[in-house]
Parts: sequence; C-alpha cells; structure tokens
Amino acid sequence: MSTAPLRLVTPEDRGVIISDSNQLARIESEAQLSAILIALSGVDAVGAEARVAKLATRSIKKSTKSAALNLAISMVDLTTLEGADTFGRVTSLCTKAMRPDANDDSVPPVAAVCVYPDLVGHARSVLGDSPVKVAAVATAFPSGRASMRVKLLDVADAVDAGADEIDMVIDRGAFLSGRLGQVFDEIVAVKEACGSAHLKVILETGELVTYDNVRRASWLAMLGGADFIKTSTGKLPVAATTPVALVMLEAVRDFAESSGRLVGVKVAGGIRTAKDAIRYLVIVNETAGSTWLTPDLFRFGASSLLNDLLRQRLKQQRGAYVRSDEFSGD
Amino acid sequence: MTDKSLESSTLGSLQYDPAPELAAIARLRPSYGLFIDGRFTDPSTHEQFASLNPATEETLAMVSSANAADVDRAVAAARKAYDTVWSKTTGAERAKYLFRIARLILERSRELAVVETLDNGKPIRESRDIDIPLAAAHFFYYAGWADKLDHAGFGVSPQPIGVAGQIIPWNFPLLMAAWKLAPALAAGNTCVLKPAETTPLTALVLAEILQQAELPDGVVNILTGDGVAGAALVDHPGVNKIAFTGSTEVGRLIQQRTAASNKRLTLELGGKGANIVFDDAPIDEMIEGIIDGIFFNQGHVCCAGSRLLVQESVADEVLRRLVRRVEQLRVGDPMDKNTDVGAINSAAQLARIKELTDYGMSEGATRYTSSCVLPDKGYWFAPTVFADVTQSHRIAREEIFGPVLSVLTFRTPEEAVAKANNTNYGLACGVWSEKGSRTLWVAQRLRAGVIWANTYNRFDPSSPFGGMRESGFGREGGRHGLEAYLNV
Repeated sequence: MSTAPLRLVTPEDRGVIISDSNQLARIESEAQLSAILIALSGVDAVGAEARVAKLATRSIKKSTKSAALNLAISMVDLTTLEGADTFGRVTSLCTKAMRPDANDDSVPPVAAVCVYPDLVGHARSVLGDSPVKVAAVATAFPSGRASMRVKLLDVADAVDAGADEIDMVIDRGAFLSGRLGQVFDEIVAVKEACGSAHLKVILETGELVTYDNVRRASWLAMLGGADFIKTSTGKLPVAATTPVALVMLEAVRDFAESSGRLVGVKVAGGIRTAKDAIRYLVIVNETAGSTWLTPDLFRFGASSLLNDLLRQRLKQQRGAYVRSDEFSGD
Repeated sequence: MTDKSLESSTLGSLQYDPAPELAAIARLRPSYGLFIDGRFTDPSTHEQFASLNPATEETLAMVSSANAADVDRAVAAARKAYDTVWSKTTGAERAKYLFRIARLILERSRELAVVETLDNGKPIRESRDIDIPLAAAHFFYYAGWADKLDHAGFGVSPQPIGVAGQIIPWNFPLLMAAWKLAPALAAGNTCVLKPAETTPLTALVLAEILQQAELPDGVVNILTGDGVAGAALVDHPGVNKIAFTGSTEVGRLIQQRTAASNKRLTLELGGKGANIVFDDAPIDEMIEGIIDGIFFNQGHVCCAGSRLLVQESVADEVLRRLVRRVEQLRVGDPMDKNTDVGAINSAAQLARIKELTDYGMSEGATRYTSSCVLPDKGYWFAPTVFADVTQSHRIAREEIFGPVLSVLTFRTPEEAVAKANNTNYGLACGVWSEKGSRTLWVAQRLRAGVIWANTYNRFDPSSPFGGMRESGFGREGGRHGLEAYLNV
C-alpha cells in the first residue's frame, strides 16, 4: 500500500478514489471506508437480472465460438478441493492442466490449478516451469473461521511451498455485521503475507445475498489490495450467478477508471458447461470490455467445465459430439 | 497485470460472427388478398402494392389495396357476424376462441417473429422475445375476462358496442393488432382491422391463424391499404367504434370526422416521454433503462423516453456512461440474433428523423452519434444523443420517433416535474431514484398516463396503457382496456 493521500473527487464520482501515482490511496479509518462504500450507487436487482437475461440471448457461433472456447480453456483454474484429494489426483490434474486434450497440443494450457495448501508443493513439482500457475485456497478456507494468526500462517505456508496465487476468504460475519475495518485489515494483512503472489479475494456472494452487498464487498476488497475478486468458495449451494458477475465486473471497470488499477474477476462454483462459460465471456465483453478478456483478468474456478469445453471444441471441428470418455475424468 | 491500459478496453469489441435467423421460415406468399368474412378475397379494384423489407428495400409480398367499397363489404360482414353469431355467443365460448388464437400465435411464433422483422426492420431478438410473446399474452389475458365481464366493475351484464373499426400503426404491427382485437372480441364486438401500409404482413398471417382457430366468419376482417381505407373506415356509418393508434396529426383528423357521429372513439397517439434521473439512481441499471427507453425498436415507440432529464450534479457522469453504451450498440441486419438496433421502417420516417436531427444541430445542441457502420441498402440511422438541449429546442418538443435522445438537466425535483410536464404530450415518463418517497412525490405530479419507476418500456397485458392531452385518451390493457369496448 502506498501512502498517497486519499482524495475524494466530485460527488458524482460516488466516493471514487484517485491518486496521482496510480496507486491505491490509504484508507485512514473505518468511518472513511464505510463512507466510501455507502456512497456507491445502489444496484436495482430487477434491472441487473434483466440485463444478464438479455445478454444470455447473444448467439455465439462459428469462429467466435471457437475463439471463445479456447479463451475459456485458458481461463480455467482447474480445481480440486476435496478432503479426499491425493497426490495421484493432483498429478493427474496438473498433467491435464498443462495439456488439456492429450490428443491435441493446439489446446492452450489452463490458467492455474487450484488446491489446498498442503498439496501446493506437489503441484509445483509436477508443473515445473510450465506457464500453469499454482493457486492455493488459504485463510481457513472455506469458512474463514479462524484467528488471524492461523490465517496468516496458512497463507505463508502456501506461499513458501510455491503458490503463485492465494485465494482467501473474507470474514462474512464481520462484513454483514458492519465491521468493515476488520475485513479490510485482514485483506491488507493477507496481501502483505502474499509477497509477490497474487491475491484473489473470495466474497462468498451466496452469503452476502444482496447485490448492494456484492458491490460494496467488491470495492472493499479492491481498496484492500485484491488482484482478483472472486465470487464463491464453491462450497455453498449458491455459488456464481450471472447477475453477481455483472455487478463485480461493473465494480472492476469503475475501479479501474478511478484508480487506474486493473483488478480481475474469478467466477467459481456451479459453472459446468461451455454454454455457461460463453455466457460469462459475453458479460465480460459487454460490461468490463475487451481488456478483461484474458486469463490475467478473468478466470473460471471449475473442475468439470474443462471437459465440456474440450467436447464442444471437438464438436466445432468434427461437426459431431465425441464420447465423454474421449477425455480424462480428472 | 497492470501493464495493460484501460484505454484499450472497448465494450463489446469481441467480434460476434453473424448469427442470422432463417428468412425462409416466414413462408410468405407472393400475394395476399383482403380478409373479409373469413376468406381472402380480391379487392374490388384489383389494386395491389408492395410491402418492402426496410433493411434491404426488397419486395417481400404484394398486398391488396382496400377502397371504400371493400370497407363497405368488410363492415357488412362484421355487422352480419355480430347480429347472427357473435352477440349470441357466450363469454365462455368467446374465451375458447381467444385461448385458441393465443396458443396458435405461440405455435407459429418463430414464423411470426421472422415475418415481423422482415416487414418492420426491428431486430429479431425483439420480435422473438417481446412482440410475439406479448401479443399471445394479450389474447390469453382477455380470454380470461370474456366470461367474467359482470365482475369487471361496469355493472351487471355490460353489453358490447357492435362493430369496431381499428386502425393500427407500423411500429408494433402484430402486438398492436392483439391490443385491439383481444379486448374487443372478449367484450363481444366484431372487428374491421386496418394494419399500417408499410407493415401489413403479420396481420395477414394472423388472418390465417383466425381461420385455423375456426373463428366464425366475419368476426374479424382485415383490410390492408393506405389512408384511403382508413378514412373510409372512420367515416363508415355502420361502424360503432373507432380505435386508433398512430400520429397525433391523424388522431386529430379522426376526432374531427367522428365528432358529429354516434361513434365511440379511443386514441393512442404520440409522445415525448421524459426519463427523470436523480443523483441517487442505480447507475448501471439506469443507463440500461435509458438505452432501452430510446433505442428499443429504433425509437419507433410512442412512449419512448426521448427526453432525458438528468440532475445537474451527475449530468457529466451520466452522459459519459451513456455515450460509451451507445457506442456499444450493435446496429445492422435485423435478422441477426445479436443485433440491438435494426432498420428505420420507411424512407419517409428516415427523412423525418434526419430533418429533426439537422434542426437540432442548427439550434446548437451537441451531437454524439454512434460510429457504427451502416449498411448500404435499406433505411438506417445511427443511434444519436443530443446534449446541451433546452426546453425551447425543437428536438425537445417534437416527437422524432427515431433513435435520437435529447438530454436536458435539472436541479430540483420541482424543476424536473415542471420540465417533464412542459410538453403537449402526456403518454409516459420514467423516474430513476433509490429513494421511494421522492419517486412517489414526482410520479404524483407527472402528467402522463404511464409512469415507470427504475425501469422503462415494460409492458404487461394486465397493466392499462394510454395517454392524456395530445397523447390521446382511452386505455388499452388490463380491466380498464375492456371499457373501450363495452357500452358503459
């Protein structure tokens, strides 16, 4: 965090922060943070849902579809977050991440594999110097219910083992009860513990419930230094939804305009089909814009999505669907 | 990841390959007669005219030109059907036909959507997702009323009026036919419907549907043609009621010509709707609402939000976001499923839009026009926003009926209301604010038939629609819509 002074510009900017150095300004107090978040424009739920429903009617065909499928593959954080995860499973996942279709090396590698901290070292060794990143969920994922000391140790563990990216969870209880400063401080501390690793902040939007909360939590995370804001842990029945993604994409767009800093968005949980993925890409394209159409700024946290993307990709080439056994299960 | 610049981010810049709907689904016949007494018949003069595709200027089909003699035949058929069949048909029985028509519209919805888009120039997404489903919804809704008229609030056993002459515009051809026919039939009237000269085709497909539904002969007659047919219908002594949707100019003529007669009249005319934006509006949804308000159906909407009244303190921010969003609109082939803004309906309408926008520039307004590439053939106008518009500008007073928005500012709620009401029209307004008390305060003071809060251009068959002052009188839709077709 820089020490550039915070400067509120004109009221129409709705509490947006800018600074001369294109760095984030320091939040000096909880009251100030709260004022900024409350000044954000509300979200009209009916309108937001109508907007994504309209965008869902976009018809993506032919070469656009092929390009979108390849792009989506390159944006996947191939994920396994099970208590029963094994070294063997992670090996298989990493192999697949580097070469998603064993029969076709024109398929781009995925963006990252996403695992629990204790499996980071193993993933790192399998991936070697491939471009695929290792992402680790940390900070007492998925509930976030642990002391700050434990959370920071969790992060440090993962970073020491070679994680390139840390997916942290916010304390939803603190956020919902209005202890915004506490949530902010945790994000700042975790960001510091990350060192050079990128920080993804999981908002767990299924627990925030309202779109107004999603918008405020997005700004809070970005002000705290998030490199990415992420919808969900994937451990709740309500995970990523298109209107939530819309609100988060509006937030990163507006934040970039006011601060000059580009923050990514990761949608996670429940995205299983290529059709879903393409719908998200359309929303990215028409909300945040083309700059975000890169794995540096947009990700899908998913496991079964990859195989459907591969299947649809072959369908585009061959004109017919292939058997699901064409691709490895993990 | 911060080395990328925001400058290079362009909304909607991902190229979408063309995704055209199949024109062959329209199954258009080369030529259509007049639908009188349950049959397609030749017009008495055997005159026909071409219905064009405004996106290509190609002829879609030849349709018949009705004259006074044809109107006479149609009214006679409607009278006979009223006297011998329809007035003796029970409400429950009439409902059966209306339900049937509604279901057949849904069954043939893809065909109807394609015909509508070819004939009108509106994007296939809109005809598919809005026009056709809403047309069916109107028949479903009024089917439900047909046997419950005793409970509509007009006393016991309200009676129909008789033969209704219905003249509809070119902006929502099938939907306007449904708005007119469904309540009229539910209430027990028979109809002579005249679709607009430039968009007759979906009404003719509807005629086929009425045959399929086995609606008794003569209950609905459909006459294609120009103003001659319309005038003959208005003047016909055998018509008990005229329902007109169209321009204020023609509406005024119709009111004069029906003044000395026994005809009942409802008029749904032009508008210059104001979208009022307060500084606490939900900004992203508000921008979408403004876009929907003026660019939906190329702005060919009587209730279009063609004036934007924005609170001065947020005017620059709103304009910046609005212009960015306008640039993102996909303008072009109406048959492409990804098109947002289609073709202008006719050369005449295009000329009118150009005249008014040229005037706007000569009066000193600041013009922002989408840089979209327009097709060579057909009638096109790029989405346009005028800033720095004042109340005295022509573009703030006259209905443009095209994809052109005039932006004005205000400081206080009182000023917003005064400006919104400072028009001869009174059809629709929108209010955008997260503060409910203010929205209600403003809505109570607006002189308009329809007020939308935090949305715009939303239609539902259960909701009455209509204007005041030069936007006309009478209501369509809802329980209120029955009143226009009952002797109460």
